[in-house]
Amino acid sequence: MSTAAPAPVIAIVAAPVTRRRGALGMLRGTGVAGMTSAAVILAVTVVAIIGPLIAPFNPTLPDLAMTFVGPTGSHVLGFDFEGRDVLSRLLAGAQSSMLGPLAVVIGALLIGTALAVVAAWRRGLADSVISSGLDILFAFPGILLAVLAAAVFGAGLTAASVALAIAYMPYVARVLRGAALKERSQPYVAALEVQGASATSICVRHIIPNVAPLIVAQATIMFGYAMVDLAAISFLGLGVQPPAANWGVMISENQVGIPEGYPLPALAAGACIVIVVIAFNILGERLFEQAQAAR
Amino acid sequence: MLEKPRLDDPVLEVNGLRKEFGDLVAVDDVSFAVPQAGSLAIVGESGSGKTTIARMVVGLERPTAGAISACGRDRSAAARSARERRRRGREVQIVFQDPYTSLDPRQTAQATIDEVLRLHHGWPAGRRRDRIAELAGLVGLDERQSRALPRALSGGQRQRVAIARALAAEPRVLILDESVAALDVSIQAQVLNLLADIRDSTGVSYVLISHDLAVVRQLADQVIVLHHGVVVERGGTADVLDSPQHDYTKRLRASVPRPGWKPRRGGLLGAGEES
Amino acid sequence: MSVPAPTPLLEIDGLTVLLPVEGEQRAVLREVSLEVSAGEALGLVGESGSGKSMTARAVDRLLPRGAQVSGQVRFAGGDVGALAGAGLREYRNKVAMIFQDPRAHVNPVRRIGDFMTEALRTNLGVPAPEARRRAADMLVQVGIADGERRLRQYPHELSGGMLQRVMIAAALLTEPQLLLADEPTTALDVTTQAEVMAILDDLRREFGLAMIFITHDLELAAAICDRTAVMYAGQIVEIRESALMHDDPLHPYSAALAAARPDIASTAHRLAAIPGRPLSAFEAPAQECAFAPRCPYAADPCRAAVPELVSLDGGLSRCVLASELRGALRPGLAERSESGG
Repeated sequence: MSTAAPAPVIAIVAAPVTRRRGALGMLRGTGVAGMTSAAVILAVTVVAIIGPLIAPFNPTLPDLAMTFVGPTGSHVLGFDFEGRDVLSRLLAGAQSSMLGPLAVVIGALLIGTALAVVAAWRRGLADSVISSGLDILFAFPGILLAVLAAAVFGAGLTAASVALAIAYMPYVARVLRGAALKERSQPYVAALEVQGASATSICVRHIIPNVAPLIVAQATIMFGYAMVDLAAISFLGLGVQPPAANWGVMISENQVGIPEGYPLPALAAGACIVIVVIAFNILGERLFEQAQAAR
Repeated sequence: MLEKPRLDDPVLEVNGLRKEFGDLVAVDDVSFAVPQAGSLAIVGESGSGKTTIARMVVGLERPTAGAISACGRDRSAAARSARERRRRGREVQIVFQDPYTSLDPRQTAQATIDEVLRLHHGWPAGRRRDRIAELAGLVGLDERQSRALPRALSGGQRQRVAIARALAAEPRVLILDESVAALDVSIQAQVLNLLADIRDSTGVSYVLISHDLAVVRQLADQVIVLHHGVVVERGGTADVLDSPQHDYTKRLRASVPRPGWKPRRGGLLGAGEES
Repeated sequence: MSVPAPTPLLEIDGLTVLLPVEGEQRAVLREVSLEVSAGEALGLVGESGSGKSMTARAVDRLLPRGAQVSGQVRFAGGDVGALAGAGLREYRNKVAMIFQDPRAHVNPVRRIGDFMTEALRTNLGVPAPEARRRAADMLVQVGIADGERRLRQYPHELSGGMLQRVMIAAALLTEPQLLLADEPTTALDVTTQAEVMAILDDLRREFGLAMIFITHDLELAAAICDRTAVMYAGQIVEIRESALMHDDPLHPYSAALAAARPDIASTAHRLAAIPGRPLSAFEAPAQECAFAPRCPYAADPCRAAVPELVSLDGGLSRCVLASELRGALRPGLAERSESGG
């Protein structure tokens, strides 16, 4: 119940700065570091799509005579433990290395957003039930869940990705629930309710688009984490199965080379992961800051 | 006499309305009726329950007890169908106080109005476009403003969009919940004149929720004064404001700054008293 | 001005302030000049973006980072812009400020007593028990009887009106000479507003304080201020004795502002709305009167240059037609303009 009139706001202070902008504007707002990160991500994405086509050599054809042979003229990164061209395996492995996290992110976002919006819209009992459910899920580390899934459904990218998506979902849901609750309490939402608009249409056409910048930021940060976790799972032998090329698998299979003085194959794969994860983290943090500042 | 709806049948009727939040009784036994093209002001300060009444009338809160009916149809219980919800939307609409939060920041004025038109009327695009232009003209938005996002509009212009959105449903009753309180003085006068024009041209009835007695005097025929959820005085606006009977109304009236007004101190506030 | 004071307590001289907004420097104040004598109350009235709050902030050296200031603020003859460190702290003890939203200006996790006595203890070296005693006494002065109990409470336990009284009491504790009150009653209920206004007025007189009272409401300023200054688009457009401002304004904007408010005692057929919207200082045209586009009297000379603030009948008016319009601006006589976009 508000009686008191808020003061006519001082235009200088309160005139809403251009806050909501398009995708390009959002990107521009992340600064040099953010845009550099975006460029790295874009480049890796392109490689992930066309990688197998541009690989100079067959990435899965072993040649045991060449095991751990160092860089030569046409093999700039040398050979791995089975004598395969490391550069070709990196290029071909980009696909599964990027696809896994993508699946995790999409899965976590879809379920997380849906739960967050339902909780924020219904409030009361539905919110309590969903929030408690999320609290329980929080207790499970993603890796543990993925290992469990691999044990039950067999090793492979699919089981690991589904498990990680479920493990990541509560993080998405928690952040978005807060934002959606705030949006839901805005008078424009009440105005639409009074008009007789359905809950679905208000959520889909108004609430979700208005929290979208936060969703994008969440997805970006999560992608990096998912890549590390999936690499770890592949390293443990529960994710992508050899001889398929995958960065996590490459670290795992070439680790024997490290004590023997041939660290390059494992390090190259590790460097790819680190660069991509850092790029996603920087971009995600910047986007998140921007989304928060706009709220 | 012929059997036809009488002109003085109320378009909005509220009887014995009560709302409890836990132990707190926010609204206690409030009754009023608003005639066609009439305007009733609900006057009170923070915590008087006036906004709670508005929210119950438009269905954003459920009454603990009492009956609300608009256009002869009961709306005390939740709407059972989408169709029923939309019909209620065409009976009573509301304009909120804060022009900065009552519009979707991602929607232009045109899109805002269009969404409502689509919701209520199965019109083709051309007819909707004409109606948008008509509504924009009615509330005094020009072509550029109609295409602008809220952030490019001033507070007064945003409030015009909110009014146009409410009118797009062609409601019989429009609730103005402190709708001019946040506006600059010079803009407030424009919007008050606009609201008077709209009433003259559309025959819509107003329920004016306000703490500002001068605004009430300008726009309302009837007034009820609310204090801690209870109606303490009611009557014609001029009567109530010129010769208030209840102590609280007198105090409210005496507190309004006007030429020659001097604020006077009451006694000391003791334990438990709040001001 | 009719009664020139010996040395004004506060002199603002040609104050221009630019603030960085979205990468450009935008004017928020344009050549503001004011004088406030010891013990005098000045009302500062204007709409959004007029610069009234910025004026107070400039006086208290509370401008946002990056502000570009020219002109001078002098307090008791000394240049406020030159103050730093201990000198600035001492100055701020003499100039107290009260804000619109008291809740935003107290630390929610500290008790009222802590908050009220802090300046006394740290800046003036008053021992804690003595400071508490003074704080409790001051609470009685602002109409809060059980001061001792209130000192132990937290801000959230107090209503808005009560908290604003506490803010006033706290402001008075350091025995300031000038009070800057920035819309201190705007967020309060009408009945509470009346009470807080009365307290402010009483105590100001009792302590012999000068005050700048900022509001968007002409009548509210007139109720407790000796003189009223009206601001528009970052400039002062009129300064006049408050008692005369409503019935005999010198500037068309002041007249229009008074006429636009609905009257509690009567219903107007149509309100005398001012067409258009208030301009912010940075939007004001450089070569003409900022109010001209909305002014019913605007003529060619108004669009020729920015008018100067000139003396007229004991007041100041920034209107080239001011003397021609004498008498025409009285309420009821004013040409009623229709509402526009």
